[in-house]
Amino acid sequence: MFDTLIIMLDATLRVSTPLILAALAGLYAERSGIVDIGLEGKILGSAFAAAAGAAVFGSAWIGLACGVLASIVLALIHGFACITHRGDHIVSGVAINTIVAGLTVTLGLDWFGMGGQTPTLSGDQRFTEITLPFADALRDVPVIGQIYSNLLSGHNIIVYLAFLMVPATYWIIYKTRFGLRLRAVGENPHAVDTAGISVAWIRYRALIVCGILCGIAGAYLSTAHNAGFLKDMSAGKGYMALAALIFGKWRPVPVLFACLLFGFLDAVAVRLQGVVIPGMGEVPVQLIEVLPYVLTVLLLAGFIGKAVAPKAVGRPYVKERA
Amino acid sequence: MSQAKVPVWVNVGLIPFINIVLAFLVSGLVFVAIGQNPIEAAGYLVYGAFGYDEGVGYTLYYATNFIFTGLAVSIAFKAGLFNIGGEGQAYIGGLGVGLVCLSLDHSMPFIVIMPLAIIAAALFGAAWAYVPAYLQAKRGSHIVITTIMFNFIASSLMVYLMVNWLKEKSGMAPNSRTFEENAWMPYLHNMLSPLGIDIGDSPLNGAFILALICCVLVWALIWHTRWGYQLRTLGTNPTAAKYAGIDTAKVTIWVMLISGGLAGFVGINEIMGVNHSLLLNFTAGYGFAGIAVSLMGRNHPIGIVLAAVLFGALYQGGAELAFEIPTITPEVVVVIQGLVILFSGALEHMFKGRIEGFFIRRAAAQEK
Amino acid sequence: MTNNKTPYAIELRDISKRFGAVQANKDICLQVPAGTVHGIIGENGAGKSTLMSIIYGFYEADSGHIEVDGQIVDIRNSQDAIKAGIGMVHQHFMLVENFTVLENVMLGAEGGALLQQGMDAARAELKRLAHEYSLDIDVDAVVEELPVGLQQRVEILKALYRGARILILDEPTGVLTPQEADHLFRILRSLTEQGVTVLLITHKLREILASTTNVSVMRQGEMVAHRETANTDKEELAELMVGKKVRLKVDKDEATPAEVFLSAKHLSQLDSQGVKRLKDVSLELRAGEILGIAGVSGNGQSELLNVLSGITPLDEGEIQFAGQTITASAPKNAAELRDLKMAHVPEDRHKMGLVTGFEAYEAAVLGYHNSDAYNGKILMNRKAMLEECNSRMAAWDVRPPNPHLKTANFSGGNQQKIVIAREVEQNPDVLLIGQPTRGVDIGAIENIHEQIVKLRDSGKAILLVSVELDEIMALSDRILVMFDGAVVGELDAKDADERTLGLMMANAYNEDQKGAAQ
Repeated sequence: MFDTLIIMLDATLRVSTPLILAALAGLYAERSGIVDIGLEGKILGSAFAAAAGAAVFGSAWIGLACGVLASIVLALIHGFACITHRGDHIVSGVAINTIVAGLTVTLGLDWFGMGGQTPTLSGDQRFTEITLPFADALRDVPVIGQIYSNLLSGHNIIVYLAFLMVPATYWIIYKTRFGLRLRAVGENPHAVDTAGISVAWIRYRALIVCGILCGIAGAYLSTAHNAGFLKDMSAGKGYMALAALIFGKWRPVPVLFACLLFGFLDAVAVRLQGVVIPGMGEVPVQLIEVLPYVLTVLLLAGFIGKAVAPKAVGRPYVKERA
Repeated sequence: MSQAKVPVWVNVGLIPFINIVLAFLVSGLVFVAIGQNPIEAAGYLVYGAFGYDEGVGYTLYYATNFIFTGLAVSIAFKAGLFNIGGEGQAYIGGLGVGLVCLSLDHSMPFIVIMPLAIIAAALFGAAWAYVPAYLQAKRGSHIVITTIMFNFIASSLMVYLMVNWLKEKSGMAPNSRTFEENAWMPYLHNMLSPLGIDIGDSPLNGAFILALICCVLVWALIWHTRWGYQLRTLGTNPTAAKYAGIDTAKVTIWVMLISGGLAGFVGINEIMGVNHSLLLNFTAGYGFAGIAVSLMGRNHPIGIVLAAVLFGALYQGGAELAFEIPTITPEVVVVIQGLVILFSGALEHMFKGRIEGFFIRRAAAQEK
Repeated sequence: MTNNKTPYAIELRDISKRFGAVQANKDICLQVPAGTVHGIIGENGAGKSTLMSIIYGFYEADSGHIEVDGQIVDIRNSQDAIKAGIGMVHQHFMLVENFTVLENVMLGAEGGALLQQGMDAARAELKRLAHEYSLDIDVDAVVEELPVGLQQRVEILKALYRGARILILDEPTGVLTPQEADHLFRILRSLTEQGVTVLLITHKLREILASTTNVSVMRQGEMVAHRETANTDKEELAELMVGKKVRLKVDKDEATPAEVFLSAKHLSQLDSQGVKRLKDVSLELRAGEILGIAGVSGNGQSELLNVLSGITPLDEGEIQFAGQTITASAPKNAAELRDLKMAHVPEDRHKMGLVTGFEAYEAAVLGYHNSDAYNGKILMNRKAMLEECNSRMAAWDVRPPNPHLKTANFSGGNQQKIVIAREVEQNPDVLLIGQPTRGVDIGAIENIHEQIVKLRDSGKAILLVSVELDEIMALSDRILVMFDGAVVGELDAKDADERTLGLMMANAYNEDQKGAAQ
């Protein structure tokens, strides 16, 4: 039983990693007042760029750089539409998701000719698992050893990075000048403007950070969690991250727990696939899969707590005529 | 009154046209990037879509789906709502169609099944839009987020139902049994051949006629009923709607029900018209494409038909293109679709100010 | 104007600013000696706020320049203004509501990439400022939990923290109680004692007289007078503010008020922030009379119209109308009231009265779109709508008489005629009418006024809200004056003159009477 739990929690960490990165990415964007439903597209775009980069240059790190770069470019397009040209944030996000969905396969087929996939990655082309110090030695110690060796050890570097990003984000948002201005601009851009700070520049910077984090999430999918790019491999993770962001009420630590919860549900669903419980029949895993979305809708409807978005989110900033 | 000096055709025609042209120019660059000649590719596209009878049939068959989802998005837009859940509503609408066909095809004639299937498509699609609509109207939950969530819920629900209940017992694939022929929406080529008209075999079916009827109904509803009057008022000036005593919550819910119902009609075309069985993922992104169609069609049924035919042509032509040039995937049309959304939606203001400014200055110069 | 004096703290030279067709500021000159409180007074729309926004770098002037301490400064954005030592307290606070006082004060002046050290410094500096200017505040309190008076103090502290030597306050007492306002003036005085120069923008005469050293008067985008406060009085300022306009003449007979059509008792209404916008307003509206509501805009007139017309529900009080009693627990919405024959010409035709994207014939039925006259069984009767629009356009001389033209493309006067025609032609018992001639050309004004009087003579009850005193005096049979959400005076139109009304509008009439009695 305990072993099963460890295995499931281990799976939870793996599944949660891209969610955490993407949800934090969304946090930067939305805290600055930009709605980003283009998380999905950025993850997918980065997953492709990272796998392609890793395949061509033979290095997971170069792949990561390619992924992050691609994701930043997409974030800047979003910024160009929403900040510079005051376009609709949702429409822009949908556009980016659609473009990426088509472009990854189109380029993939042209570059690698494998039906839109990238070549299977191996060796240095992938981020490999890191064994923490003494993990092997402690493996047989009951409970603690198992947790350390089997749950905490043996993940690739991006997993650890994702979890590190939570306190880092907390620190940036609440303890730095950039964070103060970021939070202010999402709540009341007029206050920021009258304080002599450029609203647009803060929002652009927030989107760049968003791009970086989505880029890492995408690279994780194709060069760490999997060994290559597959068509539509983001599979709604960006939207689920958005749900986690709302569920975590736009705050880093609650967002982490929302991601872990959603990741755990996913791990449970996979685990229970085809399992027959006596008297109940086969477990309807779809019911578990769907829980994150149902919970988010319930939260939005105000049935469990209240989700208050940053006040200025989604609204283009226009100087008012006094 | 600066607006008065900008001719109507500039806002209705010129600016949208420039945006579309830009989208296609950038699409051309994509072709260049993958080492193809865009002109040549466009040639294959146009030939595939319009060059022969079957191609035209396929184009219009795809267009049927786009008309439904484009109308769905645009009627909600008209009331100031962004229904991004067309995908899920279409999916559930198809479920309704499938249930009617599966339960009645042994006992009822086509003439009974068809109207029931149409009603089921509308009701199921509308039901899937109801919860997000209600939450938006009464509890202020953002309809964009809730409709996205409902897309995923729809997807899981369908998997559950197909795998556990509706799957054909003998088969492995999660498909239902094939309907009896009296539950098939007749193909247009079969309908027209007794009249001596030969349009070539294609999946184009009676749903296309339904789509055109929907265009007329939506047009009449929006522009010629008091109810449409209320939804347009709400969509363009919510304060004026309050002033006029319009029940905004009620209008919000109703418009979303209609929007969901329209999206649900995709099920008529796909399930009853082409697949003749219930299966997974038959919506294939048509719901999302509705956003591009409605943006490009400027939320007007005539524009939507034109945009739907264009997208239908892209889908069909894209298939032809991929056949002719194996290094191109049909997905390339998804890129074009995304670029259309980007340029005629998110970046619609990019040239607006400058172009309007040009005409305002010109009008001012003429006055002097 | 000899030289060699100490330079002015701030001096404006020939500042002009135009927004499209509107000349918001024209050749404005202003000299403010250091260490004084300088009042700028004028009616709404006189251009005060635009001028202040130019000084604070929110807009750039089209021409003219600004000198601070005798030096020309180039102010292109708020950052430049802050550097020049200018701070501003906006009418609508520029605060991040879920931030603490400390965070709000620091925003834009954090003193480093990390907050901690800047926070410590800011805390110390705020303590010093609090001590020096007696501006005590809990720096760790969250702003949205503070009362408005303290929120305003945060705004002042924000400016001082940035080293402002010139402080602009835009209508600072709009959200304050009289006691809080007095307290604010004490603070301003102590600021000037420390060498800070204060520019106080207001439309309230009492405040000018109570707190300023000098006062400048703006009217219609121009600076029309400068006075030393000690050498002027309310009468003079009121006259300068309103200006001596050509008095509009409307031919009308004596009113013959009949039965009460609408009566309102003790109406109160809160806005979304919980501020009382309507305070215990009672009124009676009789058939065959025009009741004018005078007041500087923003003193509760809009809220009164919205509550009476059913657009916003009332919070307290009751309305008797057409045999119905309307209360908070038994509300009636705008559509229900329309059915009971109440018509409403809203103050802002763009935001409320029209849908500018609609064609004229469509906008001409807004609010009456469910009426049988415009509808068949299923479809709207476009022919009937067009016919009626055509005949109204002829009757009201709307130009161009094209029912298919988008309403946005009519001139203001013609838009207003479309709205008034729509409401009047429904033959209502009660007509609520706000700013009937705002943005309307002179020719159309006469026509609109005649129509209003004609409606009165046919036995309708009319409630007229206008910020134009001339209009109120020309049309009304009876006048109520509103100030700060309450009715502060009632006059028979025969007894009304500009001076009395002006004083009432500034809530200074009673004091004035007391003074006269002594």
